[in-house]
Amino acid sequence: MNVTPLGTIGYMISSLAFIFGIRQLGSPATARNGNRVAAAGMLLALIVTELLLGAHNYAFIIPTMLVAAAIGAYASRAVRMTAMPQMVAMFNGMGAGAAMFIGVGDFRDLTAIGNLAPTESITILLSCLIGSLSFTGSAVAFAKLQELMTGRPIVYPAQKPLNGALFAAIVVVGIVLVAMGHGIGLLALYIVMALVLGVTFVLPVGGADMPVIISLLNSFTGTAAAMTGFVLGNNVLIVAGALVGASGAILTQLMSKAMNRSLANVLFGAFGQVQAGAGATEGGTVRSASVEDVAALLAFAQQVVIAPGYGLAVARGQHDVKELADQLEKRGVTVKYAIHPVAGRMPGHMNVLLAEANVPYPALREMDDINPEFSRTDVVLVIGANDVVNPAARNQPGSPIYGMPILNVDSAKTVVVLKRSMATGFAGIDNPLFYEPNTLMLFGDARDSLQKLVAEIKHEYPA
Amino acid sequence: MILADVGVSNQTLAEGLFVFALAAFLGFVLISKVPATLHTPLMSGTNAIHGIVLVGALAVAAVAHDVVGDIIAVVAVFLGTMNVVGGFVVTDRMLEMFKKRPTPGGGKDGDPPR
Repeated sequence: MNVTPLGTIGYMISSLAFIFGIRQLGSPATARNGNRVAAAGMLLALIVTELLLGAHNYAFIIPTMLVAAAIGAYASRAVRMTAMPQMVAMFNGMGAGAAMFIGVGDFRDLTAIGNLAPTESITILLSCLIGSLSFTGSAVAFAKLQELMTGRPIVYPAQKPLNGALFAAIVVVGIVLVAMGHGIGLLALYIVMALVLGVTFVLPVGGADMPVIISLLNSFTGTAAAMTGFVLGNNVLIVAGALVGASGAILTQLMSKAMNRSLANVLFGAFGQVQAGAGATEGGTVRSASVEDVAALLAFAQQVVIAPGYGLAVARGQHDVKELADQLEKRGVTVKYAIHPVAGRMPGHMNVLLAEANVPYPALREMDDINPEFSRTDVVLVIGANDVVNPAARNQPGSPIYGMPILNVDSAKTVVVLKRSMATGFAGIDNPLFYEPNTLMLFGDARDSLQKLVAEIKHEYPA
Repeated sequence: MILADVGVSNQTLAEGLFVFALAAFLGFVLISKVPATLHTPLMSGTNAIHGIVLVGALAVAAVAHDVVGDIIAVVAVFLGTMNVVGGFVVTDRMLEMFKKRPTPGGGKDGDPPR
């Protein structure tokens, strides 16, 4: 926009706030402050924009912003910690949708005075394409995580060629649009195709890989924002969009690496399909234990390690875990928590969950730190975790998770698995751990089992 | 009013690319060494930052010249605002969890982070 020197300086300050904010988000001690610095930068950018634009259709815009802000604030406050991943997906989709509509608005506005120059149409089309793709992609990710649809990969014949053909068609229509410099009908077709591609692109990705997909779509939306910045000639859009686009790409890489997979494998591997025979465990027997057995084991242990997973988050048992740990510590048992980097549905999920229950931070141990300790551990409590403790990752080259670093809980004296049933984990593969001779299964809802354990220990083994 | 009237493109595509390249490089550098526990909040925080599209939505709103244009602008502004507000609040809630680490002295909710 017609940026005054003061406006440019305002945009510069908010760009700096974004850079500084992202930097601070990278360290636990400063992260919260970083988020606030970025939010302040955002507020400044919005104020500067409104001042630059002057009086326009405020009658529509201000109420719209107030209502959206109220809904956004309410939704993000009301959501439970377990639902955070899908909230991120939802807000990401909204930003992407905004970028898509901005592209359409710019297109209509500019074509009202004549044909678009290629430099204008290319950036508009890119913001429409990336925005649309990320919009419906995020919607599918949301639906999968919210379990509105199956979390399993959805595959159909010729999926990749069809997606490829759709993408090629989008590119062709895009080229025609650039050459023509106008044509709202063709733009609508272009956008519909991009919206469809967003859906078909995320369908084959399994629920366990959703964090990686959300991170990738987040990076996309950042890039789409930068594209709108090109259209509008606005540096704060370009800077913020490029920062998010690039950092999101790196983050996506880091997350795939934490699962020992390539990004291509996440996107196209249809990971978590029902694997015929792979990793199947024949002839194993499962030993089921009672609450009383497990309580006794725990009460007389020297060291107990708790390995939490998504099941704990679902059962909302974090406070009960803490209480169990408190009871055990009163008896002089050392309690530690083994945090796998991808336990739960997002990296850091377990840290957030346990921090909510006031579990002391030093007791949370990262995988590399805790793995050597399992051989000195009397009891490992696996609560709602499955794939991250699956020894198939270590010793079954045919297994789809082979090579993924896991928590080596099976080297402990006794492993107690709290689980609702023998169902497979999110990756959909069998877990040989359950058939190990030193493994006991405590079936039932994690929270319920934990409460019974606490009651039993309080009653039978007071400190 | 049309986009050109608010002087939208007072910078060339090449100048924009210059800024884009520098900012993208900065984005790569900033994230390359981040502990895994912060991946989720970082994703969420950057998710809020791309809510900057709201600036673009406001610009589109300012130049909308017919009812369809107004509707497009209102939808864009609505989505952009949700992205900004929801994004920052969700991130703050996540990071609030990190703060509540009781020190050996027994921390309370109101304690400053370390």
